[in-house]
Amino acid sequence: MRVDHTRFADVVVLAPIGRVDHATAEALKAALAPHLARCAQGQDHLVLDLSGVDYISSAGLRVLMLAAKQAKTQGGFLAVAAVQSTVQEILEISKFTLLLRLMPTVREAVAAASPTALAAFDRA
Amino acid sequence: MSLLRVRFWGTRGSIPVTIAPDAIKRRLVAALTRAVGRGLDTPERIEAFVEQELDFSVRQTFGGNSSCVQLDHGGDEYVLCDLGSGARAFGNHVLATRGGRPGTFHVFMSHTHWDHINGFPFFMPAYIPGNTITIYGCHAWLEEAFRRQHGAPSFPVEFAQLGASVRFIRLEADRPYDLAGFRVTAKRQHHSGDSYGYRFQRDGRTVVYSTDSEHKLDDPAEATAFAEFFRDADLVIFDAQYSLADAVSIKADWGHSSNVVGVELCQLARARHLCMFHHEPTYDDEKIAAVLAETRRFEEITRGDHTVQVSAAWDGMEIEL
Repeated sequence: MRVDHTRFADVVVLAPIGRVDHATAEALKAALAPHLARCAQGQDHLVLDLSGVDYISSAGLRVLMLAAKQAKTQGGFLAVAAVQSTVQEILEISKFTLLLRLMPTVREAVAAASPTALAAFDRA
Repeated sequence: MSLLRVRFWGTRGSIPVTIAPDAIKRRLVAALTRAVGRGLDTPERIEAFVEQELDFSVRQTFGGNSSCVQLDHGGDEYVLCDLGSGARAFGNHVLATRGGRPGTFHVFMSHTHWDHINGFPFFMPAYIPGNTITIYGCHAWLEEAFRRQHGAPSFPVEFAQLGASVRFIRLEADRPYDLAGFRVTAKRQHHSGDSYGYRFQRDGRTVVYSTDSEHKLDDPAEATAFAEFFRDADLVIFDAQYSLADAVSIKADWGHSSNVVGVELCQLARARHLCMFHHEPTYDDEKIAAVLAETRRFEEITRGDHTVQVSAAWDGMEIEL
């Protein structure tokens, strides 16, 4: 499980690549952990770009739920963006659409998080 | 090799329910609307129309009895899993079909929460001398739980007044037994007070009964262990009471699982048929039918080189293996 990260002002875009299944869910959790620690009021905002994820299992969904919960508890902003169609169906069937803040594109997620970050995103 | 038939006498989770009165009216309106202009002028045409053209949730119901499943291998002795309110219907069926001949009953208990034992006081064969009932389970308090729901202040008949010979046998988990015509292995499951799943094997066929079982998703070893328990099963009867989102958030630690985890475990185990069971009592027939359709779609879009058949149990359903 590879997770790329790019900073746009106060927004960090994290982009896991590949399958998130029972074998790789913990690796995703570990990759998110340091970023989540800074996802709080007055610190960083997080956008999870799932355009590179073609499958996510229940274990992976649980990692996303815990991340969203931690961000909310810390007063931070976390959105999931650019979900592939199969993963979108998985989110709908599992009812995770009710637990996660979903955005159609990374740009829209960055815009929802921070105008400063959006300006940086558009310049990039 | 005789057929193995699995009959579902009670499929609802947590508490028995009945179809809502307004749902019956809605169904009549839906059915009659579909029938307009169809020339349904004979009982045969009406029957065919109902069977072939009306959705399951219009013409039938998933039912509302709590857990009771029969494994029928064609022998004279009866084998059951759990004694929820579905046991009442099963007992009445036995009386109607068996006449006065004494019967032998083997019951494997997942656990002793009320919805899994509340059919026993209304299980008529228990009141008839000559019948023999053996109740197997892994809990230390198995017998106490049954005795406690009989007699004052809960019920007018004391346990000691039952006419049948009733005995309790405690099993150990993870140890195979040859009982009631099956090789039976129990597995401890995550549920308040623990529950136990059972793997039944006979003549090369395998049925797993795994209800009231929460699957924590933070431990890959747990998923691997259950995949082994389900390995190559012909049928897995699985607690799919909640959506995955509910199971890991607001209903975490409530002791139940989801349709999504059921599919994943059956895929890992290369099981042939997932039968969703222990339906959420707040769900009506339309909702359960929708969950079934979604679960079949989930199996389809996540399928590798192995197909898992997906069904949703209903009271009265039979599966032949």
